[in-house]
Amino acid sequence: MDVELLSRIQFAVTVGFHFLFPPISIGLALMLTVVEYQGWKKNDEEYVRLGKFFSKILAITFAVGVASGLVMVLQFGTNWARYSAFVGDVFGAPLAAEAVFAFFLESTFLGLYLFGRNKVSKGVHWFSILMVFVGSLISAFFIIVANSWQQTPAGFGIQNLTTGALLSQDEISKMIQLGKGFDPATHRAVLTDFFAALFNASTLPRFFHTVLAAFITGAFALTGVSAYLVLKNKSVEVAKKGVKLGVIFGFIFSILQLFPVGHEHAKQVAHTQPEKFAATQGLYTSETGAPIMIFAYPVSSPPPELKAKIEIPGMLSWLAFGDFNAKIRGLNEFPPENIPPLWMTFVSYHNMVALGMFFIFVTLLGVIQLKRKKLYDSKKLLKIFMWSIPLPVIACQFGWVAAEVGRQPWIVYGLLRTKDSFTNTVSLTEVWISFILFAIVYIVMTFAYLWLIFKEIKHGPEPAEIINEGKEVTV
Amino acid sequence: METLSVIWFLLVVVLLAVYVVLDGFDFGVGILSLFRKDDNEKRIYMNSIGPIWDGNEVWLIAGGGSIFAAFPLVYATAFSGFYLAIYLLLLALFMRAVSFEFRSKSESPVYRKIWDFSFGIGSLLPALLLGVAFGNIMRGLPLNENKVFTGSFFELLNPYSVLIGLLSLIAFTMHGAIYLTHKTDGELKDTNEKIATKLWMVVVVLYLAATVATLFVSPFLFIGLTKNIIFWVLFVALLASIAMIPVSLKAKNNKNAFIFSSVMLASMFGISAVSLFPRLIPSVTNLDYSLTIMNTSSSTGTLTAMLIIALVGMPFVAVYTIWIYRIFKGKTVLTKESY
Repeated sequence: MDVELLSRIQFAVTVGFHFLFPPISIGLALMLTVVEYQGWKKNDEEYVRLGKFFSKILAITFAVGVASGLVMVLQFGTNWARYSAFVGDVFGAPLAAEAVFAFFLESTFLGLYLFGRNKVSKGVHWFSILMVFVGSLISAFFIIVANSWQQTPAGFGIQNLTTGALLSQDEISKMIQLGKGFDPATHRAVLTDFFAALFNASTLPRFFHTVLAAFITGAFALTGVSAYLVLKNKSVEVAKKGVKLGVIFGFIFSILQLFPVGHEHAKQVAHTQPEKFAATQGLYTSETGAPIMIFAYPVSSPPPELKAKIEIPGMLSWLAFGDFNAKIRGLNEFPPENIPPLWMTFVSYHNMVALGMFFIFVTLLGVIQLKRKKLYDSKKLLKIFMWSIPLPVIACQFGWVAAEVGRQPWIVYGLLRTKDSFTNTVSLTEVWISFILFAIVYIVMTFAYLWLIFKEIKHGPEPAEIINEGKEVTV
Repeated sequence: METLSVIWFLLVVVLLAVYVVLDGFDFGVGILSLFRKDDNEKRIYMNSIGPIWDGNEVWLIAGGGSIFAAFPLVYATAFSGFYLAIYLLLLALFMRAVSFEFRSKSESPVYRKIWDFSFGIGSLLPALLLGVAFGNIMRGLPLNENKVFTGSFFELLNPYSVLIGLLSLIAFTMHGAIYLTHKTDGELKDTNEKIATKLWMVVVVLYLAATVATLFVSPFLFIGLTKNIIFWVLFVALLASIAMIPVSLKAKNNKNAFIFSSVMLASMFGISAVSLFPRLIPSVTNLDYSLTIMNTSSSTGTLTAMLIIALVGMPFVAVYTIWIYRIFKGKTVLTKESY
């Protein structure tokens, strides 16, 4: 184990843990915006109770998300100092924008939403959850800008640190073709076009893909938890509304995720990061009329191959380039030192897609049963919804692994290699200490979080009279 | 380039000063909660900052984020140099952040003790560590000619920096006590008035000691200081606010006392920043190796883009933050929604 590998593992664990929570809070914030709106406009007590119940889950999730997010941001400085020095000029602006436009908005209005129910009018209270949702969307946007810039850098120049001069476009292209990446000790990226960097090739496809994934997560949480309440016969009328909203929104979001959003994102990757695309699709040799893999088991040992294949011929070429006979570059066309780890990329990508298909299938069943007015009596389906709560979160993790492992060996695609960007002035012992410390924290926090969430769910929505009680209840 | 770097130095200082003032009383409240035995009292302390602490902490992220963006090399050097200290800080902030949501979710006394401890220690450690870190910056870090940190974790715990850490710890605690006189009633209010008055004396002594120590440890910080008009403005503000804190407390004017302790913290921080300028991190190895706003700043394009972002965004932040503070003004009362 060396500092580089351990720093990578530590970062992966940190982000992996952090990324469990934002999809839930973004999704739930959206669902709560809808629920609270119904409660306010229709003056419907049951929606108010539903909103209040889920607001507790949002609060706990948000707290852990914020706490773990801080660890993530500071890790750029502690463990990826050379990376920070290299990208700071470009990366800093979106991060600053995220703090200014998003973090303040979410955190400040979450306080009002959670504690202000009896202090402000219903309209203002609804506005507060709307702002939490908007803030979380803006936050997602800017962090995805930063991450997308790592995938498809744009709007930048490269500065020679000794002379202070900017490299010409030709020199940059030459360096990129050489495929070695820049040395952060001698060069850094500087922002030359803010909007080109902001809306780089992958920003929008990845933004829509990620927030839709979060919406699906929120819809499934709403459906699943409400389904549990229906099954346990607790506040059934309240819970039915949750199931209904969750199923309908879940279905819409799942469909949109497949088409156009997921499809567009895949197309973009095929055009902008061919190595990553080939790795996710298991395309080890270039092919015209490349097939899409429905199922396969990848074996990495050279030469890599797929076993037990189920495929649709020509489909991949058509999906990616709109032509059944289009040629897609396989991994054999790229130098071995530029190829991402194959097994992880392929497997996580395909599991994500499989889960996405499952979401469409199960919510479709839900919508059909709803239409037939049999949803609340379909015990089995409700149980499936209950057990499906964690699946979108897992799909998010798979998607993230595919996106980030698929980017390797680059930390900034084509410009900076991961091996040149970790902090090399920190000792292995120090990284072990921080890693073990936070591994323990994450394990403990996962259990504490789940325990608390289960406790809240088992408790169920408060009876109507408690919510209506006046301001000054001393407990 | 020059002007923009100076503006960003100023903005980073303002962001961090606001952070010190806002999270300062949060930390103080957390520290003081360690000394309360009664469950309801502990809850009142926690809930007095319940709706606002999270927004307050964002100022740290904004300050840190703007250092990353405006002076990336400082971010990279300081944060990797303070490696273990940063992780200790993160651990404390992490445990503190979750303690709010977790603390009152079970009746079990042991369970509540664990989270009360997280809340208290999670407030105490940052209050101390942020001071120690700042002390190290005032003292200068061992940076070589490549601007790389060459020290170790234990060197960070030098007497001077620990003194600054104690100053921040006590000053935040006083600030928190004054905040609590504003948010509580009866016996709790009286207790906190007494605590604030006592801690005020300690703060004065520690600040004098710190100033003298700085003269010996980092004499370069004083060069040209008395010719700087901003220094004199801050210095007068500092003296006035320090003098007015006990007067306001005695007159039972808690609101003014809080304003004065806020001004005191902000001007203490401001004076240090003025004395550091234009350095961001002095090097003790050789002052010429220091990280300054000139040799660490981002490009003009980035600084301009960020300035626009800040000018557009921050007025809104100020408006809604003040608005929400006003909604939650008044004494803290425990309700069904409380932590």
